[in-house]
Amino acid sequence: MKRYTTAALFMSPWIIGFSVFILYPALASLYYSFTNYDLLSTPSFVGLDNYRFMFTKDPQFWQAMRNTIWMICVGVPLSMLVALGTAMLLTRPRRGVKGYRTILFLPTMAPPVAAALAFFVIFNPATGPVNQLLSGIGIKNPPLWFYDPFWSKWGLLFLGLWVVGQTMIIYLAGLLDVPRQLYEAADIEGASPWQKFRHVTFPSLSPVLFFTLVIGVIAGFQYFTQAYVASFAVSGQATEEASAAVGSPQGSLLFYSIYLYLKGFSDFRMGYASAMAWMLLLLTLACTALLIRSSRHWVHYQAGGFR
Amino acid sequence: MKRWLVVLAVFGLIAAACTAGDGESEVPEGLGETGATGEEQEPVTIEMWIPFSADHEVAGVQQVFDRFEQEYPWITVDVRKGVASDQKVISAIRAGTPPDAVMSWSLDDLPAFCDTGAWQDLTPYTEATDFDASLFPPSVARYTGFGGKQCAFPFLTDALGLYYNTDILEEAGYTEPPQTMSELTQMAKDLTVFNADGSIERAGFVPWFGYYMMTPPELAITFGADFYNDDGTSAIGTDPDWVELFQWQKDLVDFYGADNLRKFVAGQGDEWGEASQDFQNGRIAMAIDGEWRTAFIANGTPDLNYATAPFPVPDDQADTYGIGRVGGTIIGIPRGSAHPEEAWLLVSFMATDTDSLVAAANAIGNVPTTLPALESPELDLPEQFQTFLDIFGNPGSHYKDMSIIGSTDQNLLGDFAERWQAGDVADLQAGLQAVAQQINDEIEAAS
Repeated sequence: MKRYTTAALFMSPWIIGFSVFILYPALASLYYSFTNYDLLSTPSFVGLDNYRFMFTKDPQFWQAMRNTIWMICVGVPLSMLVALGTAMLLTRPRRGVKGYRTILFLPTMAPPVAAALAFFVIFNPATGPVNQLLSGIGIKNPPLWFYDPFWSKWGLLFLGLWVVGQTMIIYLAGLLDVPRQLYEAADIEGASPWQKFRHVTFPSLSPVLFFTLVIGVIAGFQYFTQAYVASFAVSGQATEEASAAVGSPQGSLLFYSIYLYLKGFSDFRMGYASAMAWMLLLLTLACTALLIRSSRHWVHYQAGGFR
Repeated sequence: MKRWLVVLAVFGLIAAACTAGDGESEVPEGLGETGATGEEQEPVTIEMWIPFSADHEVAGVQQVFDRFEQEYPWITVDVRKGVASDQKVISAIRAGTPPDAVMSWSLDDLPAFCDTGAWQDLTPYTEATDFDASLFPPSVARYTGFGGKQCAFPFLTDALGLYYNTDILEEAGYTEPPQTMSELTQMAKDLTVFNADGSIERAGFVPWFGYYMMTPPELAITFGADFYNDDGTSAIGTDPDWVELFQWQKDLVDFYGADNLRKFVAGQGDEWGEASQDFQNGRIAMAIDGEWRTAFIANGTPDLNYATAPFPVPDDQADTYGIGRVGGTIIGIPRGSAHPEEAWLLVSFMATDTDSLVAAANAIGNVPTTLPALESPELDLPEQFQTFLDIFGNPGSHYKDMSIIGSTDQNLLGDFAERWQAGDVADLQAGLQAVAQQINDEIEAAS
């Protein structure tokens, strides 16, 4: 009994912290999701109205959802590919590896708001260096990046690819962990580089890939900062007041968390925002469960078991 | 012994976690009696939050407080500047620790504040003190009250009008500014210079929504386009002036080419820099902008030869020429204010004292908000400023109609406007009706 008490006492700071800062707000937001709550008066119960509104009367909800899913489906695999590619390159050189590693990791140290603004300036279609370079090499009408609804998300994607340093380091560690004997055995059997990758590198790396995939998808659902900064920079306003539209241009930068935030804190609809938050949780749970399910087909753990 | 120390430390942590911060506090009680003015003599300090942060602007407001303290020597005003976001005020009201008086730039939030009592209804005060509301031009009532309650007073305001570069106009043979939209379109085309590759070097007038002050709500006033019907439903789908507005805009966008405009807009100078804004640099010949631009020009590009005029109106509404979009800073007393009577004295003084308003207008470069102040000979502002004084005094000028959903209506309309100017909307009328439907749904959901 005494051991349980001691254990409970030691766990209590975490339990209390979890209850107060995570469990209670989550339950509170579940309650608010069934109310009309403008933060200034007491919440009034409205049942499932918020959820109904979300699915039947709110085109912007679907737009936010589409944008977020696009970012996840395109952004996560692409950043994993770039991270893996650079990590594999980093296993090659004999000298100066530390220098390359540092340089490739540095972008992750940049504060996200500053980085987003910097990219916004660099990708300025009229005055930015990117388009000047593109016109210089002969491209007649370079894309308008953040001012074009098609290209704006690509601008953000490039920003995301610029900061793959963290994932890259994780992959590098994983790559260096692949048993040398496996490669030697593959060489003996005359495997091509692609076959070596497919049958040695990828399976060995698959737990790490799976981890970064899940983390990447969850982070993708919560994507906020860079899109928020870029969107307001495009509408030319330093503050929220009198902004031309949310998610400029043409709602292409309206991501789920941004829409949630605006609804809750600017539009006096905290109840609706809470409903959106719970939808996001359910969606994230569903996606994560699906990914875990799929992992049994392609993730190999070195200890020999399957998940 | 060591184990007991550890247990004690753990208990200490738990105790600290338990007592740090609580949940929601009770909604503070409403006001007590509205006291008589000026009879208490014990010193009182009241706190006011203002959104201004630039030095010359804060100084302009401070001198109002100094005058107030001279008039009411037992009251000291403690100023907190730079509170530009309503969210801080909302948090403070909810926590039960709001300032005694507050100033805000966000007019659109006022209906929500008024409706929920977050900003107190000033009617009991105005009735108790026989407040003279005729000091204000008619437009003021429309943006300082909602649902029959008056929750705010104006404190300096903005007015939007047409700025035009007289040098550029003269070059093209124009001496008068455009007064109708067709004149504006014609002059915009004549004053535009294209580069050899088809891009825009100088634009006569940029019709692109999102460029500086060019947004649908700002244009709506002079077009006569209403946001709401009398019954509170959205008029965007039914008021034909909206169709006129969007069609006018599209015609001019087509003249320039949407992609050309996008590129041109992307190269815009910083709106709030001293000398970087496009009109100040001659990159555009005419612009819709607020009265504050005169101060920027005087400070940053004093050699610019420009003039101002009311913004043009549709040809079939030519008799309304002279109106404009007005509306600006508002002041009020938040719910839970610790010293509401003193706050009332401050707020009513700031809103009505002619000398203070004139001095503040001179310092900040905004339009003073009472009729006596508008006519004061002490106003020391550039001659181009007179246009904005006239616009504000014009009984037809107003701010857009507001509703409890705050700026949601503008956001939805702005979203539609962006799709419209990109050419993604096939049926204008249907598109506008869809926006109106969304706005109605939002209002219904929020009620």
